[in-house]
Amino acid sequence: MSMEPEPTTTVLLEPEPVLTARKDIQGRSPWRLAWERLKKDRAAKVSTFTIVLIILLAIFAPVIAAWVGHGPNQQFIDIGLDSSGNPVPPSSTFYFGTDSAGRDLFIRVLYGARISLVVGVLATMVSLAIGVVFGLMAGYLGGVWDSIIARLIDVVLSIPFLVIAISVAYISHPGFWLVIFVIGVLGFTYPARIVRGQVISIKEKEYVEAARALGAGPMRIMFVDLLPNVVAQVIVYGSLLIPLAIVSEASLSYLGVGIQPPTADWGAMISDASGYYTSGYWWYLLFPAVALLITTLAFNILGDSVRDALDPRGAGIYE
Amino acid sequence: MTRFLLRRFAQAILVLWLASVAVFLLFFWGPGPNQVARTFAGRLATPARIAQIKHDLHLDQPLYEQYWHWISGILFHGNLGYDYYKGQSVNSVVGQALPATASLVLGAAILWIGYGIISGVISAIRPRTLVDRGFTTAALFFYSMPTFVLGYSLIFIFAYELYRVTKFFPFESYVSLTANPWQWFVHLILPWLTLAMVTAASYTRLTRTSMLEVLGEDYVRTARSKGMSERRVVRVHGLRAALTPVVTLAGLDIGTALGGVIITEQVFGITGLGWTIVQAIGQQDLPVIMGIVVLAATFVVFANLIVDILYAVLDPRVRLT
Repeated sequence: MSMEPEPTTTVLLEPEPVLTARKDIQGRSPWRLAWERLKKDRAAKVSTFTIVLIILLAIFAPVIAAWVGHGPNQQFIDIGLDSSGNPVPPSSTFYFGTDSAGRDLFIRVLYGARISLVVGVLATMVSLAIGVVFGLMAGYLGGVWDSIIARLIDVVLSIPFLVIAISVAYISHPGFWLVIFVIGVLGFTYPARIVRGQVISIKEKEYVEAARALGAGPMRIMFVDLLPNVVAQVIVYGSLLIPLAIVSEASLSYLGVGIQPPTADWGAMISDASGYYTSGYWWYLLFPAVALLITTLAFNILGDSVRDALDPRGAGIYE
Repeated sequence: MTRFLLRRFAQAILVLWLASVAVFLLFFWGPGPNQVARTFAGRLATPARIAQIKHDLHLDQPLYEQYWHWISGILFHGNLGYDYYKGQSVNSVVGQALPATASLVLGAAILWIGYGIISGVISAIRPRTLVDRGFTTAALFFYSMPTFVLGYSLIFIFAYELYRVTKFFPFESYVSLTANPWQWFVHLILPWLTLAMVTAASYTRLTRTSMLEVLGEDYVRTARSKGMSERRVVRVHGLRAALTPVVTLAGLDIGTALGGVIITEQVFGITGLGWTIVQAIGQQDLPVIMGIVVLAATFVVFANLIVDILYAVLDPRVRLT
């Protein structure tokens, strides 16, 4: 959503409009400008609020569980299932109803947020780490290294992501760390390209020249001189990878090769619900699906606003 | 031009070769020959039977010979291998699954490209209006929507909530086009919508961005100032230049569609390539997995190649190196 900064909101937000006008005269860094554009973006505020709320709910899931008195994997055979052994609808005991094993869906949805967020963030960090190293090498060393890394990216992109991920999960044992590893490693292509482009644009700068003249080796130049100058960009663009990683994790768990039961996970819960929801057990599907959708939507809206703020004309990850 | 073509073609072959080696190593090293043979032999496996299967699958040969055997079969005979699990050739397994995937992808592609371009153009010629906001918000919404969430939502709405109205609406399995064209069509409506809606988002945004950029160019201003009607400006000058990146994206997306249809096929029970490979991985049916992966990689690499060449041909500004 490309929202132009609206002058009226500035006045509403800033208590002293005259002072703001004076500040305009000062030179401002691109980061500062972007930050100011972002602060005026209503969509960014709503999505940030939502993300913070989800993070808090995830952190305090055990507290809420203790307060409600239901564990995430605790089965309520007597009250959590009806007389024919099927899930019971939402009530004052089970806010979101129960699942097919008589577990409290509300608590499980909360615990599912922990998995989604942790996998999303850790996998993105793995992607960024690998992407930065490859991007630095391709951009700074160029030549053969550039070609090798370009072909590597082509190969990774030529095999459908889910196919690689499912295969790896079957070959070794699927689980939490493997999911992070697979999504993280396969996600390096996008940050690698970003870093490569950045490095190429700054590697002829005087300070790099100076470092080289002083006898700095390529390792030192890449990690001491170049890295600090691309890292901020990388972190911002990297945040766009989080929702993709969350969807990938949910998809793997949906296909049964991600997070393994009985751990509460949104993708796995949706997969469990698929056999029930058309027979009247709508809550079983609805709550995990809505939780997943709200999370990815909030991250995407925020990422979009950040991108717009940094580069009002630019195209993003989706294009 | 010839140099460009040769270079590009060599790159494509290199990538395909690397992909085939990667797939081969992943599967033959991963589970290990003994486990593979045991899986194929089933529960009643005797050591002799396992040895026999290892021999049949060439699992007792050195790795490079196994690779050569596999790849030469594909290259010289177009033979993707023999599926011991199902007792038929991989080519026929793929042949049975291909029509379903092709129907799904091509139908959905028409929808997502059509919708994406139309919504993108409308957004671009009416920027920052309610219509534009609507389309861009919808794009973000569906972009964030995991495929299975959308698929189940559609099934829930049309096959459950609206069942009284939509009784005729089947929402599961696949009927081949030759068996019954009408049934083929109605069975595919929801899968098409699912795949198209999650994919169309990128097209709306790309068309909008590139159209806005083109409409800001000097030559468009010239065209307007000489009195050309807005409709003609958009059609003749705008669309033509704005659609080049969209064509690129469409080529690549159709190439990579196999990866995208895995979940759609799973949700709707369509027995296409995506469904087949998930089954095959579950059964550790190596020949089928490797065959489908190589086929998918070939699609992607050649789609890339064709798009690159088309791009160079269509857009004179692209320098051929």
